[in-house]
Amino acid sequence: MIEVRDLHKSFGDLKVLRGIDLEVAAGEVVCVIGPSGSGKSTLLRCVNLLEAPTSGTVIVDGAELTDPECDLDAVRRRIGMVFQQFNLFPHLSVLANVTIAQRRVLRRSAAEAQKVARANLERVGLADKIDAYPAQLSGGQQQRVAIARALAMGPSVMLFDEPTSALDPELVGDVLGVMRRLALDGMTMMVVTHEMSFAREVADRVVFMDGGVIVEEGPAAEVIGAPSSERARTFLSRVLDPAAAQVGEVEEA
Amino acid sequence: MATAEGAAPRLTRRRRRQLVLGGEYAIFLVVVIALLGSADWHEIHANFANWSIAKQVFPDIITVGLRNTLIFTITGFTLGLAGGLVLALMRLSSAAPYRWFALTYIEAFRGLPALLIFVFVGTGVPLAFPGTNLPGGVYGQAALSLGLVSAAYMAETIRAGIEAVPRGQMEAARTLGMSQGKAMRSIVVPQALRIVIPPLTNELVLLFKDSSLALFLGITLQERELSKYSSDVASQQGNSTPIIIAAFCYLIITIPLSYLARRLEARQKRGQR
Ligand SMILES: Nc1ncnc2c1ncn2[C@@H]1O[C@H](COP(=O)(O)OP(=O)(O)OP(=O)(O)O)[C@@H](O)[C@H]1O
Ligand SMILES: [Mg+2]
Repeated sequence: MIEVRDLHKSFGDLKVLRGIDLEVAAGEVVCVIGPSGSGKSTLLRCVNLLEAPTSGTVIVDGAELTDPECDLDAVRRRIGMVFQQFNLFPHLSVLANVTIAQRRVLRRSAAEAQKVARANLERVGLADKIDAYPAQLSGGQQQRVAIARALAMGPSVMLFDEPTSALDPELVGDVLGVMRRLALDGMTMMVVTHEMSFAREVADRVVFMDGGVIVEEGPAAEVIGAPSSERARTFLSRVLDPAAAQVGEVEEA
Repeated sequence: MATAEGAAPRLTRRRRRQLVLGGEYAIFLVVVIALLGSADWHEIHANFANWSIAKQVFPDIITVGLRNTLIFTITGFTLGLAGGLVLALMRLSSAAPYRWFALTYIEAFRGLPALLIFVFVGTGVPLAFPGTNLPGGVYGQAALSLGLVSAAYMAETIRAGIEAVPRGQMEAARTLGMSQGKAMRSIVVPQALRIVIPPLTNELVLLFKDSSLALFLGITLQERELSKYSSDVASQQGNSTPIIIAAFCYLIITIPLSYLARRLEARQKRGQR
């Protein structure tokens, strides 16, 4: 479903991605983990060409996005994306957030767009917030509306960039719950996350990135449970037990 | 500091401030009394608040003067807003010629006196393009002049507003499959316009005052706006009362508008937190 070949991305002199090869099969859930600055967001943003790769190939759902002739707007409709900061449209109600692209891009009728919006808001458990504005919702609710907004376009792939990192701890569960159900429904998902328990439970495969390359990949139990590389071990010990890790890691940093 | 306190130990800082403030009030009072005393109240009353002349200017000062002022302002503002929006989008365009055109226009029209634009539209355009007639005659000319000037200012305001919309908004819209233009129109611009309502309200106040320049367009009696109308009557009658009434007409509109702009601005600042 997603195919990334020899992907490179530089910002000026800064080489952020240095040769990424990755495949995500239909219905597969792949979690991407790695230290801050390792290029996880950049990789995700290259998959829907929000960031233009310096070189390499990206193919999603049969369409090559890196082909200059590619109609990006058409392909992006099939790639849902959820951001760390939600990025809901603050001037529109929840319902309008979920219907506007259906109306303007897919040219659905108002009635049909609303029907689809309601169905998807129900799916994320927010059918009762239809008339609220984003500012009136908690972070967790906003993120779930953002997921409904993406789903309303009927995507074949969903990309998540740290969807719970901006949330208060007690709100994380609701969002992860929605994502878990989405995975069970067979959605193809690529998820950048620091939630190791979610990755362990939901991911078919975990990819560990560091320094712009994929250092290790495999089943969650292996990559998270028994990493083979030193870098992954260091990273995971910090993430899984921050308090304990800091004592030993201060020298290295 | 130390020596001053040593010389007058009882003069605390608070006491000294009271003395300074008291002195300032005293001077103010003396000046006001002197002015009031030296004024010829009878003359002032006859010249600036002459009741019989005041009665003559009504209702024309409203039905002709204020009415035309409002028409010039509103049509000019509408044209300027449309032009300003187009210029702002050109300024942010990825096509270089658009950017250059917009930048040149904005710099040129912000650097020229509005009066020159009015004279140019009033006399230059008919001379340069003989036979062309702007729709609406003087009304069209006034709207065009004010629109040309204000478009340049509004373009910069709107551009700042567009740039103030977080980048994530454009990105979210693009991920949903909207083209650059569609995302701009349906997501970014509506938010930008909300941001620029307070500064645009101030622009409206400026335009309201600049509409007085319409007198350089060669207008008929029925096309006179507040300033021209009141100064005509004032010179006919040899009395300044109409000017005072016109001044009140301006302030009745501009003060609430400025107040509204400040309120909206304060509300936005609070909302941003
Ligand atoms: N638009 C940009 N311009 C310049 N540098 C950028 C840009 N976007 C990202 N970078 C740099 O690229 C590197 C990788 O960034 P990226 O956001 O992909 O990391 P990340 O793995 O997602 O980290 P985090 O966990 O903190 O989100 C960082 O050093 C960052 O400063
Ligand atoms: Mg990131």
